[in-house]
Amino acid sequence: MNIVGNTNAPVFGVAAEFQSARDLYHAAEKIRDAGFEKWDVFSPFPIHGMDEAMGLKRSILGQMVFFGGLTGFLTAVTLEFGTSSFLYPLIVAGKPTNLFTVPAFFPIMFELTILLSAFTAVFGMLILNGLPRLNHQIFNWDRFKLVTEDKFFVAIEAVDPKFSNRSVRDFLESLGGTNITTIHGD
Amino acid sequence: MSNASATVESKENLTADDKALVRPPLVLNQRQMGWISTYISSIVEDKTPIWWWISMGVTVPLMLMCFAMLAYLISTGVGVWGNNHPIGWAWDITNFVFWIGIGHAGTLISAILFLTRQKWRTSINRAAEAMTLFAVVCAGIYPALHVGRVWMAWFLAPVPNANAIWQNFRSPLLWDVFAVSTYFTVSVLFWYTGLIPDLATLRDRCTTKIRKFIYGVLALGWRGGNRQWRHYEMAYLVLAGLSTPLVLSVHSVVSFDFATSVVPGWHTTIFPPYFVAGAIFGGFAMVLTIMIPACAIYKPLHDLVTVNHVDKMCKIILLTGSIVGYAYLMELFIAWYGANPYERAAFWYRAFGPYWWAYWSMMFCNVISPQFFWFKYFRTHLIWVWIIVQFPNAGMWFERFVIIATTLARDFTPSAWGMFHPTIVDICTFVGTFGLFTTLFLLFIRFLPMICMFEVKAVLPEADPHYGEDHH
Repeated sequence: MNIVGNTNAPVFGVAAEFQSARDLYHAAEKIRDAGFEKWDVFSPFPIHGMDEAMGLKRSILGQMVFFGGLTGFLTAVTLEFGTSSFLYPLIVAGKPTNLFTVPAFFPIMFELTILLSAFTAVFGMLILNGLPRLNHQIFNWDRFKLVTEDKFFVAIEAVDPKFSNRSVRDFLESLGGTNITTIHGD
Repeated sequence: MSNASATVESKENLTADDKALVRPPLVLNQRQMGWISTYISSIVEDKTPIWWWISMGVTVPLMLMCFAMLAYLISTGVGVWGNNHPIGWAWDITNFVFWIGIGHAGTLISAILFLTRQKWRTSINRAAEAMTLFAVVCAGIYPALHVGRVWMAWFLAPVPNANAIWQNFRSPLLWDVFAVSTYFTVSVLFWYTGLIPDLATLRDRCTTKIRKFIYGVLALGWRGGNRQWRHYEMAYLVLAGLSTPLVLSVHSVVSFDFATSVVPGWHTTIFPPYFVAGAIFGGFAMVLTIMIPACAIYKPLHDLVTVNHVDKMCKIILLTGSIVGYAYLMELFIAWYGANPYERAAFWYRAFGPYWWAYWSMMFCNVISPQFFWFKYFRTHLIWVWIIVQFPNAGMWFERFVIIATTLARDFTPSAWGMFHPTIVDICTFVGTFGLFTTLFLLFIRFLPMICMFEVKAVLPEADPHYGEDHH
């Protein structure tokens, strides 16, 4: 029975190792069907179709980016027309700032839309993922380092309502997991 | 099946027709996932090789020469460059467009080939994106410094100032400021996002505390959980979707600097597509210029960057080179067909005027030389590829020089005609930017994984969650 971390600290969860993307995929389907909620699979690369196998919905990042882009667009509109029409009215080539001269203002609207969308995509992704962070309880397990190399892991967290140390260990073993380990916090 | 190369193992059961349809594997010699991390990380982890120090010994002095020239320019004035009436835009803008164009291939590989599901991009995208960033750094020097009084460059930014003056947002030069700065920022974000999982690999392999700390902080605590991957993949997809129109817009905006003027030879609508095609053409040439020697030094990389990859890049060079050639001919045709005497004269002077040598060098390098890539022999022999792609590299510089210098040298009134003569400062600055570019690239090879490990693992046959199963 493998136990890592500070055994006086509360249990973070139980983790198991799998040898291939295929084994991990099938294990995920069974954990999903068993009704667990607080769990995750870990892999060196994103596995095609894993979201369905885990029963996850589509990431909401796309919607967030839309609003980021909208902010960028409105920023550009305000900046361009606020300055060119009101603060410092400019007549370029005999053309005032009005609806008919909008095309010449498009490039900057476009660029700022892209810029703020990209910021939202990256920082939104980090926020949704709870990153950046310096450490995590799961790193108490040394073998977990292989997740960025070529091994696959499953971890069911202790905060899951269906969690019990013994039954989860047996369950992961029945799915074909090896090196089943109870991970404690610090 | 997500990866066609996975079917290669069962080749024996196929008919001759089916065999022709099987795609060549993306990774040769049945390399395992562990090998990919171990080998690519070892480039970063092993002792610094001698060739690296020797190369740095060449490139760092060149880079310092560039900085010295820029310091001289700032302390003395733009007069140290050869820019003068009538050629107020000369090597500075030529070199700016040259470098920014090189950057575009990196974004094309990382974004457009991603959206079009070209899985072969995975082994070259990291290095190509790094090339983008470093090329944009080199490009940025020129517009920033040619403004004259560099300490006034902040006038380009729309911030309130004591004169209560605001920018002209309808000026292509201001579009350029926004386009290039957005391009650089988004390229950095895209590149760094792609690096996070690989930085985590380096972090997890570290043996020394200092490395573990540095790579640990840079990896941002990445754990590789699917709940992270799903947002990560969405972010990557969104960034690819944003970068695609962005890269097309950047070079279009660069071309607007010329196209929105009324100077004969510049005032044409063909410029945006022709500039974009030229940028991709020159950029792929630079990717090959860098990747072929890098793979020659690290020989096992040939299993990841295969001859098949080089072959595909050569085909893109052939395609974009032919588009560029078509644009050159179409420019000539329109100059004649448009019946504007100034337009006709501008193109006559390009081909037969005082800068004829630049025009015909451009024609040879950009239109004739890529035609060798019709032949498989030239696309698959790396020495030939490397030699041939030097022509587009040079040709794209000539193209920008032809567009900028020859046009300004001969405009409407003969009394305003003149020639451009680069000074030693012009030449040393330009040569120095190659030092800056290569120094940054050598640092990149030494300290960051130059191939995207997690994406290469994801295109291996065994990465398929249904690998070895029948039902599909």
